[in-house]
Parts: sequence; C-alpha cells; structure tokens
Amino acid sequence: MDQFLFFLVAFLAVASAVYFVFAKNPLYAILSLIVTMFSIAGMYVLLNAQFLAIIQIIVYAGAIMVLFLYILMMLNLNKEDESKKSGTLKFIGVFTAGLLLIGILGVFRGIDQKHVVVANVDKGVGLTKNLGRLLFNEYVLPFELASILILAGIVGAVLIGKKDL
Amino acid sequence: MGEVNTFMQSIPLEYFIILSSVLFSLGVLGVLVRKNAIVMLGCVELMLNSVNLLLAAFSAYNGNSDGQLLVFFIMVVAAAEVAVGLAIIAMLYRNTRSVDVSIFNKLRG
Repeated sequence: MDQFLFFLVAFLAVASAVYFVFAKNPLYAILSLIVTMFSIAGMYVLLNAQFLAIIQIIVYAGAIMVLFLYILMMLNLNKEDESKKSGTLKFIGVFTAGLLLIGILGVFRGIDQKHVVVANVDKGVGLTKNLGRLLFNEYVLPFELASILILAGIVGAVLIGKKDL
Repeated sequence: MGEVNTFMQSIPLEYFIILSSVLFSLGVLGVLVRKNAIVMLGCVELMLNSVNLLLAAFSAYNGNSDGQLLVFFIMVVAAAEVAVGLAIIAMLYRNTRSVDVSIFNKLRG
C-alpha cells in the first residue's frame, strides 16, 4: 500500500513535470507545474513532514504559482510568441540533460546507506511543534534575516515594475 | 510521537534520490530547451523543489529536523527570487513586447 501510494504520487509528479517542459502553450505549462507542486506536497505528507506539506501548498501552489499565472495572463502570450529552436540545439539540450541525470545517479550510487537507521527514527521529526521550537531557538537569527530579505525583494519588485524609474 | 513511521521502512531512500534526480534533470532540460522566459523561471522553481524534496527525505530518514528548516529557508529565498524575477520579465516585456530570451541581447558587452 505504501509502495503503491509512493509510485502513484511519483508518477504524477514526473508526468506533470514532463508536460510542463514540453507543452507549447505557456498557460498549460504553468498549470501543469501546479500539479507537480501539489504532488511534491503529497510526498512531504508521505514523509510525515506535515509542516513542509502545508507550507508547500500555501507558498508554492498558492502564492508563487498564482503570481506566475497572473503575470502570464497580464502579458497575454500566444502559442506563436516563442521562436523555435533548431533541431540540433534541442538535441544537444536533451543529450546534456540526460548526461546530467546519469551523472547525478552515478554520484548517488556511491552513498553508503548502512548508517541510515530508519528503524530508530522518531515519527515526530517533521511536526510543526518540533520545527517551531527549533526555528525560534537555534535559527531565530536566519529567520529574522529572511524577513529582511523578503522586504528587500518586495521593494525591489515594486521599483523594477514601476513605469518610469 | 514515539512511534516509527512505517512508510519509511517499506520505501528505501534510493527511490527518493532517483525521483528528485529525475525532477532536477527535467528542470535543467527545460532551461536548455525552452525560450520563453517565464517557463524558464518555472524550470528553476522545479529544480529548487526537487532539491527541497531530497533535503526533506534525508532529514526524515535521519531523524534530524535541521534539513526541514533548511527547506523552509529555501522556500523563503525562492519566493523573493520569483517576485523580483517576474518584475524583471514584466519590465522586459514592456520594452520589447516579447518574453523570448533569444532577443534579449541588450546586455551584450
């Protein structure tokens, strides 16, 4: 049952990511990316990382992807707006990405999994209570710095997006 | 709390490594093949998400919460990056009436 759930969610993620990369219409591509984000949230649920699952749905599927869709609809793109890349360039792209995949998998094959003792892992690792306690004790300085980063991002986006600088 | 998640015992960690490697390579493929700037930004998001998934999987299998907090901070940085990146793309569209990266050669030295 666990294996079936894993393979179902993994298939959903990979299939929607493939459609996202190859879809001609950018609107359908972004909509398909939202499905990928939701299936990654499903993966977090399977890993018992509840905080990350909720954050993934709220931040990625709810905020970032809506921003993408909003910009896409504001620009009103068509299928013809994207110029074609030549066949050789596409082939080189696919070939390079395939080599990268083989390389990454080859690197990870060397990992020694013996020291990962799953049997002793506590179930409460990803719960909001634990993560919040960690976030506001040890990681409180990066948390505050992240708020400054977000503020700088907002101000920068407003400045860049203004009509006349 | 206290009990062990049975899911992690039936799924080896390698499956998560393979899944996130495939997603990361698909993101790289999208950046290489597509010419639409918005879709390329989405491909960067896909790569960030695959790394997030790998971090969360390693963190859960090792029983250490620090990796999941790192995922949280990556999401914060990604949100700021998307806000600025989409503003830049909207500005480029206003000046050139296109989001095709092949005509964005204004910065060429």
